[in-house]
Amino acid sequence: MPSATLSTRAYEASPNVGQASLPVTHIKMPDVLLQLEDLKTYFTVEGGPARAVDGVSFTVEQGKTLAIVGESGCGKSMTGLSILQLVPEPAGYIDGGKVLFEGKDLLDSTWEQMREIRGKDIAMIFQEPMTSLNPVRTIGWQLVEAMEVHGTARGAEARKRAMDSLDRVGLSGPDVVMRQYPHELSGGMRQRVMIAMALSNRPKLLIADEPTTALDVTVQAQILALIRELQQETGMSVLLITHDLGIVAEVSDSVAVMYAGQVVESASTLDLFKSPMHPYTQGLFASIPSRSRRGQDLLTLDGIVPPATAWPSGCRFEPRCRHAWGTCKSVAPKAAPKGADRPVRCHLYDPDIADRPSTSAAPTAEVLP
Amino acid sequence: MLWYVARRILYSIPILIGVTLFTFLLFFVSVTPQQMARHNLSARNPKPAQIKAWVKQHGYDKPKVVQFVDYTKSLFTFQFGKSDATGQDISDRLRHGILPSTELGVIMFTASLITNVFFAVYFAYYRGTYVDNWGRLLCVVVMSITTPVFIIAGQYIFGIILKLWPIAGYHIGMTSWKFVFLPALIGVISGFGGSVRLYRTFILEEINQDYVRTARAKGVPEGRTLFLHVLKNAAIPFITSIVLSIPFLITGSLLYESFFGIPGIGNITVEAVQGQDFATIRAVTFFYTILYVIGAIMTDIAYAAADPRIRLE
Amino acid sequence: MTMILSDIIPIAIVGLFLFVIIRAGREPLWEEAYRRLGSNRQTMAAIVVMSLFIAIGILDSITVSVSNSGKPQTIVDVMFRGIPQERTYSEPMGTVTVGEPHPHELKHKHIFGTDGVGRDVFYNMLKGCRTAIIIGCLTQLIAMPVALVLGMLAGYFGKLTDDLIQYAYTVLDSIPGVLLLIVIITVLSLKGQERGLLQICTALGVTSWVQLCRLVRGETLKHRDRDYVRAARALGVSHGRILLRHILPNLLPILIITATLGVSGNIISETILTYLGVGVPPDIGSWGNMIDSARMELARQPVIWWNFSVASLAVLILVLCINIFGDALRDAVDPRLRS
Repeated sequence: MPSATLSTRAYEASPNVGQASLPVTHIKMPDVLLQLEDLKTYFTVEGGPARAVDGVSFTVEQGKTLAIVGESGCGKSMTGLSILQLVPEPAGYIDGGKVLFEGKDLLDSTWEQMREIRGKDIAMIFQEPMTSLNPVRTIGWQLVEAMEVHGTARGAEARKRAMDSLDRVGLSGPDVVMRQYPHELSGGMRQRVMIAMALSNRPKLLIADEPTTALDVTVQAQILALIRELQQETGMSVLLITHDLGIVAEVSDSVAVMYAGQVVESASTLDLFKSPMHPYTQGLFASIPSRSRRGQDLLTLDGIVPPATAWPSGCRFEPRCRHAWGTCKSVAPKAAPKGADRPVRCHLYDPDIADRPSTSAAPTAEVLP
Repeated sequence: MLWYVARRILYSIPILIGVTLFTFLLFFVSVTPQQMARHNLSARNPKPAQIKAWVKQHGYDKPKVVQFVDYTKSLFTFQFGKSDATGQDISDRLRHGILPSTELGVIMFTASLITNVFFAVYFAYYRGTYVDNWGRLLCVVVMSITTPVFIIAGQYIFGIILKLWPIAGYHIGMTSWKFVFLPALIGVISGFGGSVRLYRTFILEEINQDYVRTARAKGVPEGRTLFLHVLKNAAIPFITSIVLSIPFLITGSLLYESFFGIPGIGNITVEAVQGQDFATIRAVTFFYTILYVIGAIMTDIAYAAADPRIRLE
Repeated sequence: MTMILSDIIPIAIVGLFLFVIIRAGREPLWEEAYRRLGSNRQTMAAIVVMSLFIAIGILDSITVSVSNSGKPQTIVDVMFRGIPQERTYSEPMGTVTVGEPHPHELKHKHIFGTDGVGRDVFYNMLKGCRTAIIIGCLTQLIAMPVALVLGMLAGYFGKLTDDLIQYAYTVLDSIPGVLLLIVIITVLSLKGQERGLLQICTALGVTSWVQLCRLVRGETLKHRDRDYVRAARALGVSHGRILLRHILPNLLPILIITATLGVSGNIISETILTYLGVGVPPDIGSWGNMIDSARMELARQPVIWWNFSVASLAVLILVLCINIFGDALRDAVDPRLRS
């Protein structure tokens, strides 16, 4: 059962207030917390706009974890920043689309409305714990600030809550840590502080942008486990941005694979790992070193990601795709073609494309009609 | 922290010794006593006997090492001796010059600081807008106008045309601020360009840092982010830049005091330069060097106080 | 055309700068930088105006003939041969002299008026160009090699070398700049050397190399620990070769930019030194002298403002252009500003 804090606030914020009411504690069906529709985030650079995020759509359900997977430069971090409208200005700007949080489009909000959402309803943690904390303020000061700016708690009450949260994220001696400065802590400790800070106001959604990339492998596992625990405790949703398929397998309920500013495939984690459909996803899985292929050459994807200022007009993966044929170069594939049971941005699954080759692309047979 | 301060002060001692040695070489070794005597004696072609007498009178005939020891001793005990030109006691003159110099210096420094920081924050906050762009152009233009032009033009406009303030002179006591006001005003205007640009850069460097992104993601309002996050971090390079502004203060004291007739140490220096009074020049050089070294030490301490990463070394 | 040694120096200086700029243009880093510079109208305007001043300075360096009184005449002098010297001050475009009990008729029109000895103010300003450019550039040429060598040695070899060099320049730096300048110039003049451009440039060079040296040392330290240097060492490349062919090219951008901005600083320093009485002597024309003489001129009745204004404007325009150019160069080369 979702906790009371979540449901009351969600109820009050939703556009359905005043209509025939459902008892709030009744909600058990999967409820969409965050929905992106065709989000576009561009950058003004020499040589034209760089289309970092070019029509991204996905859904995050309440209480669930969605992972966004892709290599560097595919636009996944920028997608996360766009949700909170923290895109680096003045070069970056959101060009279009919708960011529906609890049914309301965040892109329509005023600056002050967004400010209230940040850190309270939606929280974000970043990749580099080294530099993401203010080096000249104590940990305690920064934790207390997270609460004070939203009026959640003040003074002694806030300090007490801060210490409790430090304890909750697994930092021993929280009273000492409160008085310390960021440079006195290790990377793992700093990331725990970041998590504690992000969760101070019990957000409904946590956006984690590569939270473990800068950490040692052992610490990685601890942090991921911590996030999972806290999620189950509070019932919040998590949007996890990563390039590591291993992390995806461990903590996410569903996955969206991004390439060249677009989502090329989305599915539940189980389905994706069982049968990846998009050639890029297949390539990702194939290039993971595996014991079963011992002694053989590591598989790689030839070619590189094209520059964001000059996306190809056809399929963006075409130059590197083993299965590509003529149409792929000229026609951009639909995001969710009829021939597949999940969104796959590939002509291979589109029955409307005439000259599709007959050979199957996926390792499993349940692909072509 | 105390250990840091002590270490800093200890390090200054060999520096001061080095400075003393260097100035000694400059003053006493590179110029022979005969050349100095020839210069200071009023007669066109002084006779060898006169030269010898002058040299002996001023103690330039002793062996170099002895001269060095005497020189060092006199400097560090602040007994600067008598002026080569007027024969007056130098330490006495310097003592009288301290008050006017301090008054002008402190007022100019504080007023400049407040003005520059204010505009730097203002331009940084409105970065990219036409306020910022015109502001930066203004800074470069003001930077490109040399100080004597500001002084001469300023005095002409404010003192002669507008007749707002006295153009020169000085009175000790309660009315002294009247005489200091015009040079201080001109000093603030002329010092506007370079510092505002520099401080603005410090602020903008910080605004682009990750922790500012974190603060915004926490929902911290822009104003609070600027003042409680950005400025506190920008204070660090700002403090280190204060040290670099001390030489400008000293140049300023020379220029402003001599032009506006304020009887401070800068004025004494300029008079000594024009009269080629070596003894006074030596004394003033040492005095200003000590000032600089003390300023550097204090700035280092402030820097350590502001940056917790330094403190715990 | 007879060219004296002092004429060759300014031309050589300018030639050197041009050579560096053109040579650097072959590097891809600089190619892009130049392209960016060229696209900005403000910067191009600054470069054009700067070139004008430099051209005048060069014209003033080439001796064409000798006058009746034995003074060498440069191209600029020849251009102004038709404009005679008056008795005393006169207003811009005026017809009579001012400041005299009985005004006299002027022999010729003077666009910017005349100064105390009746010289055309425009002529004075043009003569000042050469002085400004020499002081600006020659100082940098004196300071740069010293700063470069010592900075690289200190940054690269570290330990004792570094400590010694750091000690040396900290001691030098502890003496406030203007005082050191005054002392050096006074000492030089006492030794019997006439106070001329070379002495002032030397003094300015001695006091300004420290800032450059710190910069070079910092950059060398950064590069010394980079992997490509370690790789070179592992391959057995000698220290000297590493310094010359690996580290030095990486220092050049910041060096050139700081040196360019230093030129404008030197021109301003000259005005301050002249104002304090230890600058360029009056027989060598300089803008500093013109500004300095304004001290008395503005207090006269009628006010003599044209000498001061023309010189102030000249300093302002040249220094502004150099600053704009230097800033634009810095922005163009900055890797962070690239997409």
